[in-house]
Amino acid sequence: MSAKLEVAELDRLCRAEWGRLLSALIRDFGDFDFAEEVLQDAFASALVEWAARPPSSPRGWLYAAARHNAIDQLRRRGRFEGKLAALAETAEREAPAADAFDEERTVPDERLRLIFTCCHPALASEAQVALTLRTLCGLTTDEIARAFLVPTSTMAQRLVRAKAKIRGAGIPYSVPSAVELPDRLAEVMAVIYLVFNEGYSAAKGDALVRGELCAEAIRLAQVVRSLLPEPLSELEGLLALMLLHDARRATRVDVRGELVLLADQDRGRWDRAQIDEGRTLLQTALRRGPAGPYALEAAIAAVHAEATRAEDTDWRQIAGLYQRLHALHASPVVALNHAIAVSMADGPRAALPLVDALERQLAGYHLWHATRADLLRRLGRSDAAIISYRRAHALAQNAVERRYLERRLSELTHSY
Amino acid sequence: MQYLLLIYEEENRFANLGKSEMDKELAEYRAFGKEFASAIQGGNALQPTGTATTVRVREGRRLTTDGPYAEAKEHLGGYYLVEARDLDQAIAIAAKIPGARSGSIEVRPIQKFS
Repeated sequence: MSAKLEVAELDRLCRAEWGRLLSALIRDFGDFDFAEEVLQDAFASALVEWAARPPSSPRGWLYAAARHNAIDQLRRRGRFEGKLAALAETAEREAPAADAFDEERTVPDERLRLIFTCCHPALASEAQVALTLRTLCGLTTDEIARAFLVPTSTMAQRLVRAKAKIRGAGIPYSVPSAVELPDRLAEVMAVIYLVFNEGYSAAKGDALVRGELCAEAIRLAQVVRSLLPEPLSELEGLLALMLLHDARRATRVDVRGELVLLADQDRGRWDRAQIDEGRTLLQTALRRGPAGPYALEAAIAAVHAEATRAEDTDWRQIAGLYQRLHALHASPVVALNHAIAVSMADGPRAALPLVDALERQLAGYHLWHATRADLLRRLGRSDAAIISYRRAHALAQNAVERRYLERRLSELTHSY
Repeated sequence: MQYLLLIYEEENRFANLGKSEMDKELAEYRAFGKEFASAIQGGNALQPTGTATTVRVREGRRLTTDGPYAEAKEHLGGYYLVEARDLDQAIAIAAKIPGARSGSIEVRPIQKFS
């Protein structure tokens, strides 16, 4: 680190270390707000003090400074007894030698407890997501608000309420018991995937913030994976799925911000190293046990990634994977994707009845109409295709998707 | 921590229960009481909402109306007051209340005033 500490450098460090440091401080002091406050102060004093004397272990320094500050405050508040007194003693012994810290030993990693608390089923899904991004990923309230397109005050309220519920209702700061673990892990994975999808879907918001959400979701899955006592194939499947999708992210939207379909994406710009990482991980997951929904979706993404040209895609294999996914988790959207794969493998005529069968369930879903429109267009039934494209357009929320549908419509109406 | 576990159920279900089914359900509640005897600090079943009266005082005037506070499909039919280590333990106890299978249990931490 340079003699003069750059603010940007400290920001980077803050993002990288925030979750781990906070997890240790919450364990020490049992209160989210208090831990956040003293950690924030530690970063603020680092900016001043490191300029004169950079520490050998930034993480160890920050932890010691935050604990020192915390104990000082508790002493002044006169809430100083029992366990805290013991804590104060060790903190005081450690503080002077802060820069000589063996960081791995002295800063405990309690992020697993932290993520189970943030993703507790007693919290609403949007609160789980916000808390996870704030406490584990170190995003500011403002950054989270921007990512979810809500006013900062709304996001701040959401975080305050969630933390009040943790405190008031007695949501534990612990890794759940073996009996509850499978359900609770499913909840954690759902939150991670929600963060990823929020970043991945081009529906709204600033591309830079969205890319960060994808990166944070991947990092969270990696952290949980490294901390779990036993490997979990579904978590590996989820991580593989996110790596494979994220590898294509840069090619999903063109320079003008228009949506680029999978078939038209510049495959040369896909991140091959990340695709390989995802595929290796998926193979590990599949060797470990029967494929769950995340692993099956990852397998579908892997088949797409393996095709160097769109026309080389093994659609029959994809159709088979969608069928297995549907058997695990019957859903009309999965059935629609299966129908699309069938249309690519066996032609639009084979797929149209499959799509039509979903009308009752998906009549309000723009992609059902868009898929049907596409099949009709490929069958040369332009009039019917135009009607379906118009319905899809009327239902689509996303500006990029709407422009795509408009282009399709104008192609069809001009070819008359 | 102390939690109040509020049991919300459809009253019709009880009205339509036969004698043997009712006995079976009561036996389940007794078994629940035994299993969590050390956690349970109090609890009661309530008479049907047909016996409920709601009282409000507005501008010094007492208004008394027949019936429960809110008209809903499910009503408060009973409660337990339990001592639990944390919310997870309270939820685990709540899930064992026989009424959780047909109705819903609201888990409410008790407010402490210092």
